[in-house]
Amino acid sequence: MNRRQALSAVGALLGGSIIGANYFLSGCKPAGKKAAAGFTADDITLLDDVGETIIPTTADSPGAKAAKIGEFMRTIVNDCYTENQQKTFTDGIGQLRQSCQTKYGKDFTSLSPEQKKEFVTALDKEAKALTSSDDYKKRKLAYDSLQANWVRSEEANNDFGASHLKDEYPPHYFTMIKQLTVWGYFTSEVGMTKALRYIETPGKFDGAYPYKKGDKAWAIGGFFG
Amino acid sequence: MADNNTYDAIVIGSGISGGWAAKELTEKGLKVIMLERGRNIEHVKDYVNATKGTWEFSHRGTKTRQMMKDYPVLNRDYPLNEINLDWWVNEKESPYTEVKRFDWFRGYHVGGRSLMWGRQSWRWADQDFEANAKEGIGIDWPVRYNEIAPWYDHVEKFAGISGNRDGIPHLPDGQFMPPMEMTVVEKDVAARLKEIYKGQRHMIIGRTANITEPLPGRTNCQYRDKCWLGCPFGAYFSTQSSTLPAAMRTGNLTLRPWSIVTRILYDKDKKRATGVEVLDAETNQIYEYKAKIIFLNASTLNSAWVLMNSATDVWPDGLGSSSGQLGHNLMDHHIGGATMGVVEGYEDKYTYGRRANGIYIPRFRNMFGERRDYLRGFGYQGAGMRGRGAQPAEMLAIGLDLKEALTEAGPWTMFVGGFGETLPYHENQVTLDKTKKDKWGLPVLAIDAEIKDNERKMRVDMVNDAKEMLEKTGLKNVTSIPFGEPVLGRGIHEMGTARMGADAKTSVLNKWNQVWDAPNVFVTDGSFMASANCVNPSLSYMAFTARAADHAVSELKKQNL
Repeated sequence: MNRRQALSAVGALLGGSIIGANYFLSGCKPAGKKAAAGFTADDITLLDDVGETIIPTTADSPGAKAAKIGEFMRTIVNDCYTENQQKTFTDGIGQLRQSCQTKYGKDFTSLSPEQKKEFVTALDKEAKALTSSDDYKKRKLAYDSLQANWVRSEEANNDFGASHLKDEYPPHYFTMIKQLTVWGYFTSEVGMTKALRYIETPGKFDGAYPYKKGDKAWAIGGFFG
Repeated sequence: MADNNTYDAIVIGSGISGGWAAKELTEKGLKVIMLERGRNIEHVKDYVNATKGTWEFSHRGTKTRQMMKDYPVLNRDYPLNEINLDWWVNEKESPYTEVKRFDWFRGYHVGGRSLMWGRQSWRWADQDFEANAKEGIGIDWPVRYNEIAPWYDHVEKFAGISGNRDGIPHLPDGQFMPPMEMTVVEKDVAARLKEIYKGQRHMIIGRTANITEPLPGRTNCQYRDKCWLGCPFGAYFSTQSSTLPAAMRTGNLTLRPWSIVTRILYDKDKKRATGVEVLDAETNQIYEYKAKIIFLNASTLNSAWVLMNSATDVWPDGLGSSSGQLGHNLMDHHIGGATMGVVEGYEDKYTYGRRANGIYIPRFRNMFGERRDYLRGFGYQGAGMRGRGAQPAEMLAIGLDLKEALTEAGPWTMFVGGFGETLPYHENQVTLDKTKKDKWGLPVLAIDAEIKDNERKMRVDMVNDAKEMLEKTGLKNVTSIPFGEPVLGRGIHEMGTARMGADAKTSVLNKWNQVWDAPNVFVTDGSFMASANCVNPSLSYMAFTARAADHAVSELKKQNL
């Protein structure tokens, strides 16, 4: 990647998901201590199923399950999330199970396709409502200002990397699941080559190529092409 | 053994300028050894990630927490990533001291940063060489454009620069291959910009060291946009794709990786360098190599390190220190003013291929009779491209609608980011920090540099002008992108620690890049720069290197060295 692409990524993110931007842009936040989040085989199955509800199989392309989205989420959460993000995510899996039991008296994986969609749609709304609530904003502000103080104190000691290592107040766990599903799917082999158009070696450049509504977008890969 | 270690010339470093020195000197018949501190990277064979799909990387290219811990400097900006991680210096092995924050992004291997560079290739013009003298800043450049122009021609033809002949007097045209195409949106914005600013502001296609026509052994650009993983087609200029094979073809080059040059050996009676001392990075053995001439191309900061570490009783502050300027006047481009907006009206158009190049808006401030409250100016790089996704995911619900919306093309957006000139300040400097040692027990560099008032004032224009231009040309939702602190190093255009000049009392090098105190030592990486201008500098390093090599061989023949 070069600077133009870096800028492009920033631009794309401003037009897109700000919270998700953290994982793409600053990468995954570091933590001081190692904290491997435990994921069971059931967790992976559940995340595959939730992911598939977010990005379902359609006539022309497989969905998130075929992209092994559960395993992808485990990898990113374990290797790239900070400790407090990991905790939000893994606690969230428990909350998701509980909430599903309360609402339907069943495991998520046993729900009908309609119920799955209904449940995940409700979670999506819940997540959006949380992050736009005044209470959440207040807590986030307080957390972020503590982090900013830490950065200032580190920089006073000539630790100039601190601003890129600071932690951030986590969003709703479902916001994370959704972001990871979207990111992981559209950088997976099925996502890039089936859902999108992918040409490994284009051979030429056309800056005014015809496009009509419904044409698939090009797969340009993840952050790094 | 002694004979085996004697060459006509030694080249220290194998990046952009070192590769050029090796090519020019070997083609003129000299037996040359090129010493590289890091490992070898073989063209094509070692570009191990160049043809993989994104999905083949477990973190899809992004950085992990472990990487962030291991690379605290690289982590400060975009270069830290999963895919070409091996091409960035191991920060634990090679630390440095930051008296003030300085983001130093290094590549310690054969080819150096020529493998990862941004490839933008711009000539300087007379106004750039004259600015110091006219404004009383630093010292005057000892050369003018007409002396360098033939060397720009020479290196452009061989390296392969694609670009348009734009006819802009302060950004001279060169020996270009056909330009890459601008997108429909870039053409539109470019036309409006020209009209609105009455021909004083231009948006042109980037002039890039990606070839658009084949060269011997190299295939034209295939529009994969994965240059920084190494190009299997050899379509962009690097030591590996271009200068190294040419030098090897002569039969006159020996390449020695894992060779850390610790000092240049100096004969005080003859006032000449006699060779170099090398620490083998793998075995820790010490070797000496002898030569009639030495080209120092270790990269701006490391070349200063080599000279300073070559202190003798004659030159206690290092070889080339007699003027008191060695290590001083460190410059970089300060980057900022990143701005983006949405372009409407081209929903029936898209792009085909991934263009490894963008647009450029050349400098327009403090020109055409205008005087700002600061000196010099800045240019912008950017691009107008169509993204993916009808709406951002967070705006969408879940399920089929989300999938379909994210599978479509998105809006056209245009973004630009500025590169500003930093003036040469004597107090912006590097020194040896003997209290800290690297993996090999060598002292490290201490970097003490910052932008000052002139740059801060310029940055105000850099932000405002970007916004104004995008708004006036009709873009919607024009937004400035916070791009972090205005710290030096982030431009990755370090320059100036051994400036050239007309007077040995105020400069480290003469106009031929020769160290005044040891004229058989030529320093032709970014160290020689007496000012920074605002354009990407590497093409100038190539031109000055080729010119210096020509001069060196000519002086050698006259027995002046």
